[in-house]
Amino acid sequence: MRSFLAGRIISTLAGALALSVLVFALIRLVPGDAISLWIGQEGTMSPEVQETLRKLFGLSAPPHEQYLGWFGDLLHGDLGYSFRSRLPVMTLILQALPVTLELATLAMLISVGVALPLGVLSAARRNGPLDLAARVLGLIGLSMPSFWFAVLLILASTTIFNWLPTLIFVGLFKDPLQNLQQMAMPAFALSLPLMGVVMRMTRSSMLEVLDQDYIRTARAKGLTEGRVRVRHALKNAFIPIVTVLGIQLGRLLGGAVIVEQVFGLPGLGTLLISALTGRDYPMVQGAVLIIGLFFMIVQLVVDLSYAYIDPRIRYA
Amino acid sequence: MTSGSLRSAAHLARSNMIGTIGLALVVSLALIAIFAPQLSPHDPNSQIGKRLTEPGPQYLLGLDQLGRDELSRLIFGARVSLGVSVVSVAIALFIGSTLGLLSGYYGGALDNAIMRAMDLMFTLPSFVLALALTGILGPALPNVIVAIAFVTTPTIARITRAPVLALREAEFVESARAIGAGDPRILLRHVLPNALAPLIVQTTVSISDAILIEAGLSFLGLGVQAPDTSWGNMLGSGRDYMELANGLSVFPGAAIMLAVLGFNLAGDGLRDVLDPRLRKA
Repeated sequence: MRSFLAGRIISTLAGALALSVLVFALIRLVPGDAISLWIGQEGTMSPEVQETLRKLFGLSAPPHEQYLGWFGDLLHGDLGYSFRSRLPVMTLILQALPVTLELATLAMLISVGVALPLGVLSAARRNGPLDLAARVLGLIGLSMPSFWFAVLLILASTTIFNWLPTLIFVGLFKDPLQNLQQMAMPAFALSLPLMGVVMRMTRSSMLEVLDQDYIRTARAKGLTEGRVRVRHALKNAFIPIVTVLGIQLGRLLGGAVIVEQVFGLPGLGTLLISALTGRDYPMVQGAVLIIGLFFMIVQLVVDLSYAYIDPRIRYA
Repeated sequence: MTSGSLRSAAHLARSNMIGTIGLALVVSLALIAIFAPQLSPHDPNSQIGKRLTEPGPQYLLGLDQLGRDELSRLIFGARVSLGVSVVSVAIALFIGSTLGLLSGYYGGALDNAIMRAMDLMFTLPSFVLALALTGILGPALPNVIVAIAFVTTPTIARITRAPVLALREAEFVESARAIGAGDPRILLRHVLPNALAPLIVQTTVSISDAILIEAGLSFLGLGVQAPDTSWGNMLGSGRDYMELANGLSVFPGAAIMLAVLGFNLAGDGLRDVLDPRLRKA
């Protein structure tokens, strides 16, 4: 177990290093450089001021030195300053991160909470009306863009219920009830695609497991059907479900970026989009980096949970 | 087509309902895109009536915020939405399968270099990477294609590489080598055809992903820009008029969903046909 853990942690660290190179290179794809674009928007500026700005933002050194400098600061938790707000990028990110974290967690809980029982039931009542309904729902979830579902939810609540959650965002710890009221719709919108995928995987994985000899044995020794399904079948069907969850997390995070924007939630996605439209490159760099790190940490957790679910992986 | 193959096609269609529905959806959307000028009742880019006119017998889906016919815009939008996705996946297919073939066949340092470069792109969610790329390169149609092709390539490379690893040891590859076939010939004539099944399935899945990415980018205003029209930017601008004209936030989204659904179903069906071992009950 220890060597498995160590191996995964080392490869995650290597991944994080790779991510920092990718993000750094990405920003250098900007035609010209960030400063000249910024100047273009701010009107004319004397060459001396431009040069000072380049020095100030560390853009006059050769690329590898720039990277090392940036990476060194990064290790100290310093992501530079936002062009727009002149505030430290780290401060802005730390304000936004909890919102995205909460949204993604809620969406994940909703989709697994609905999809798992639905998938199990669907497999148990194969080809029945419930199975058919669940499969159609699964396909719709899979194909529905979460941002369109978000728009439809807003449309439905304004036209049918004449109600919208308040626009000013309230933090989870400030007023949990109002916060959850605001988060419910975005989290639900975001959960739908994941729900579809998890439902489909649970169903097919359960169907496969239910054919196994040990299930027949469990039934033969007189266990109730519910116990067979949960203790014997679902437990063994879990690995592919967790795998698909891990794969879909990227999609969930990508969806969160847009859904946040639709509902005006002040999370990382909103931060990234406004930085991209405002050509605020230090902010873009920071936001992309943190989203990537978040993504990698969750993947690490998924991998470690394999070892927890399936002892064969632990001792391999 | 002989009557025998027709009959077997009919049999296949009956036994593979899901794939047939998917294929029908994909083909009809493709036809709509191709024959857009013939099919659309009005010019998609000119104001033909009062802004935000409700759907009715004269304008089936109503008029948008600039008084343009929503239905005609959706029909022309199919060209951009499907075109961007298909072209970008085609580029990714070309580059990704080449990389996957080389990586799997030659192995060693080349394999390591290629696959680590691909891993680099897996460190970010693909939508976020595409978003950052278009945002940085500047929102324009060619950049959207580049960004989607870029984020699709690693998946294609991985899917191609896996079977090639086993195929390079296969007896028929060895015998081809023994009779003096060169590497390019072995790769294209012997290895690639046998690695094609998972690649074809992945292509349909990648196209549906590409449609979603393009729609997401354009919805945010960081993708396809006016005067080009895609379903994503129609939905993005339509939602500003949500209370005044519901349809503008409903129809473009429905079009996106239908297209994604079509490619997903076609992919499911193809998987059943091409690889019975992967068939899920």
